[in-house]
Amino acid sequence: MMAVMKEEGIPPFERFYLAHCDEVLRYLRRLLGQRAEDAWQETFLRALRAYPRLEHGQHLRAWAFTIATRVAMDDLRAKPTPLVDGRTDEELRMPAYRELEHLTAELPPTERAAVVLRYGYDLDYERIAEALGSSAEAARAAASSGVRRIRRMEEGT
Amino acid sequence: MNVSPELDAAFRAAAVREGLVDVRYDLVASPVGELFVAATERGVCRIAYDPAGLDEELGRTFGLRVLRMPLDNVRRELDEYFEGRRHAFDLDLDIRVAPFYADVLRELALVPYGATTTYGALAARVGRPRAARAVGTAMNRNPLPIVLPCHRVVGSNGSLTGYAGGLARKQTLLALEGAALPL
Repeated sequence: MMAVMKEEGIPPFERFYLAHCDEVLRYLRRLLGQRAEDAWQETFLRALRAYPRLEHGQHLRAWAFTIATRVAMDDLRAKPTPLVDGRTDEELRMPAYRELEHLTAELPPTERAAVVLRYGYDLDYERIAEALGSSAEAARAAASSGVRRIRRMEEGT
Repeated sequence: MNVSPELDAAFRAAAVREGLVDVRYDLVASPVGELFVAATERGVCRIAYDPAGLDEELGRTFGLRVLRMPLDNVRRELDEYFEGRRHAFDLDLDIRVAPFYADVLRELALVPYGATTTYGALAARVGRPRAARAVGTAMNRNPLPIVLPCHRVVGSNGSLTGYAGGLARKQTLLALEGAALPL
């Protein structure tokens, strides 16, 4: 017998918003520093515009990060030298990444987003690929290229 | 919350300004307990005594873009009602129910402040004199209690009969309005 997939309903927007507004802001602060708040509002306005077209309630967290990443990338491309506000984040689970995070500021936008999503948020490459609008291989390549670049920076100092 | 109250409020205001919200809701303090109130662009669409699961109900009926926002005009009219200064509501309403229920609610809205009527009388007024039980169901499912005064509908013997918010609340509302209560 075929397994029946249980379709996850789409929650009312308020629940989606409350579930993800904080972590999306933290994520954008990592990517954009002081400029995060405008990008954060734009992220949730875009989510609201797209909400009626959602087909199911799966992967909504990854979807929120996808939108945030696109908004951040637009911002980074327009203003390429973001400030990192030096905030520490208790949610960071990887000590090595925590030590290196300040160096992500120097990375090109795609690599930066890939590294932060992979090591800061533990998203898998499928989800990161969705966020970046690329293939999983390209996402993996961007993350490892970013990590290599960070290592070189670290050795260079 | 990491997001500051100012940032949160700015987002909610921008969402409404851009017309991206299907339905807004809020919780309003009242003498009969906290009320869940909701409104669309067209008008007030839901009032309830128990907020559990109502955001999902709103999502199904009015659209998934449900956002919590202050509903100042609804709050103000309810406050005035509970202070005894308002005997009729001026709010626009957005009622989406089956045609029979809509007919019953339209007649219900005409029952004056401080008066009572019966399920049977209401049934007669919508041309279905034997549908008192169905009228009872319509009262039970009233999406806008207080504003649509189902608390003013009592049994033919004058007993309070029932109320979706509990008989104590029905009694409080009738007492507030100075309605003649059964002994």
